[in-house]
Amino acid sequence: MKIVILAKPVPDATGQERLGPDLRLDRAAIPPVINGNDEYVLEAALRLRDAGAEVSVTLLAMAGAFGPDALRKGLAMGADNAYLVSDPALAGSDARTTARVLAAALAKLEFDLVLAGVDSSDGASGVVAAALASLSGLPYLSYATSITPDGDKVRIKRFSSTGYDVLEAPMPALVTGMQALGEPRYPTLRGIMGARSKTITTWALADLGIDPATVGADAAASRVSTFSIPDARSAARVVRDPAPEAAKQIVDFLIERRAI
Amino acid sequence: MPGTLWAIAEAGPDGHLTKLSAEVATLVRGLGAAAGRDVAGLVTGTPGAVAAVAAELAAYLPRVVALEAAAAATSPIAQLAAQGAVQAIGADPDASIFIGNSPDGRDTAGFLMAALGVGVISNAGGVAWNGGPVAEKGVFGGRLITTSSFADGHGIVTVPLGSVPAEEAASAGVVETITLAGAAPTVTVLERVSEAAGAVQIEEAKIIVSGGRGVGGPDGFALVGLLAETLGGAVAASRAAVDAGWIPYARQVGQTGKIVKPEVYIALGISGAVQHKVGMQGAHTIVAVNTDPDAPIAEFADLFVVGNLFEVVPALVAELESRKA
Repeated sequence: MKIVILAKPVPDATGQERLGPDLRLDRAAIPPVINGNDEYVLEAALRLRDAGAEVSVTLLAMAGAFGPDALRKGLAMGADNAYLVSDPALAGSDARTTARVLAAALAKLEFDLVLAGVDSSDGASGVVAAALASLSGLPYLSYATSITPDGDKVRIKRFSSTGYDVLEAPMPALVTGMQALGEPRYPTLRGIMGARSKTITTWALADLGIDPATVGADAAASRVSTFSIPDARSAARVVRDPAPEAAKQIVDFLIERRAI
Repeated sequence: MPGTLWAIAEAGPDGHLTKLSAEVATLVRGLGAAAGRDVAGLVTGTPGAVAAVAAELAAYLPRVVALEAAAAATSPIAQLAAQGAVQAIGADPDASIFIGNSPDGRDTAGFLMAALGVGVISNAGGVAWNGGPVAEKGVFGGRLITTSSFADGHGIVTVPLGSVPAEEAASAGVVETITLAGAAPTVTVLERVSEAAGAVQIEEAKIIVSGGRGVGGPDGFALVGLLAETLGGAVAASRAAVDAGWIPYARQVGQTGKIVKPEVYIALGISGAVQHKVGMQGAHTIVAVNTDPDAPIAEFADLFVVGNLFEVVPALVAELESRKA
């Protein structure tokens, strides 16, 4: 079975992220990692292989010059190869363009399953995967907490606010997943060494037949005009009294704030 | 009239309009008044169930389209809702569409983005009008607020919980019913499993009592539950507690869980990492109990109790009970 993982390089969410002078995320300032939710689906794919299935795992990303560093980590975890769509014209692309570019890239790949995180930690719009499934004509199964291929079908448990739904669709299909899939493995030293010899193929827009004038910041549907720093909460009132007295103070505080 | 503003609504697991949908409908009604645009709502469901939700939505909007989709019984709702929106909106290239950013709402927004070829501004906590929607959103865990607008004045906006308080209109709107055209999606719902029937949903709760690593285990969550029950609130958790298997994922607050905006958030044994903060910083009042005086949550709590939650919580329950009496 062939699995493609959409592995988005994102700035490590360490609290140091900032906007550049163009009011877009300054991606060069922070070391890139693979988006957390994408690591969960990569882990899910690797576990299928660990369980004995014959599985090839290909990473696909659209990113700038920092892309290969992040993808190398996914290869070290156990992915077999990677494709990176990278083109200067793509800088500042919006979700709409991202979905279109990824659809063009997927059209060049063979797969039974495409797996992606439910959203990314940087933009967090959570809309690209559904749009991609729509553009690529793939069945779309989202918010998976487990992923089970079965013959020519795939079955997932989809998170719901009261439990889960069991969904099924014919493959090829696109599935988005999340944390509940299980903790991603750390690359082993052997994995890291092995990743150096794995192939990362770079595609430019011309390789995908996309006109550079239709992508990037100028073609984005929306733009950021201003930013501000939110008002800080006023400093906490601190209580260090023993429990019975602390409890009285909590109740008084909640009444004072008209919260109860 | 062209340029209608649409609210795409959804029903919750109890079959009623969700709080988030009521807020989105209220937001759209206000924007319509500010912009001088027509407003309308759309809700999708099975022919048997959608009428009741549409009637609830009509309390907020002058015009509601109830989309009857027989496939909603056996397929995920988002793709149907998006197909229905394309059908209901018809030829109105200036329409803007507002959707709550629940899982189904985000899926619907993605399908619509592809179908209509328009852009999405996501997670807009505040929306004003200036020739088109102007959206404020928190980024980088709320450290910055950005203001965005559409280049051509229209598009899709996803809206988090708590953008505006839900408020019914002076008079109820009219409901028109349409039937979904086109083929059903290839994804089938085999089974819907409820693990927490009857429990208060954390997105809907006014008071949330949340436990973290410091709660120590399932027994500790019994204490969290006792305080929640005493206050009439819901139980939530940090990621550490969910990962440890002490409480189901549906209760997780934070970046990879739910974003909540209750009146009161009581954090027990939660350190307050930025990933958790993202999920609860919109609470009106935050009370934290932690043994570590240097826990990051001290930075954004309103009341910070340095103490052992296993002593403070029973004392708090006793105090609340004695004042009720």
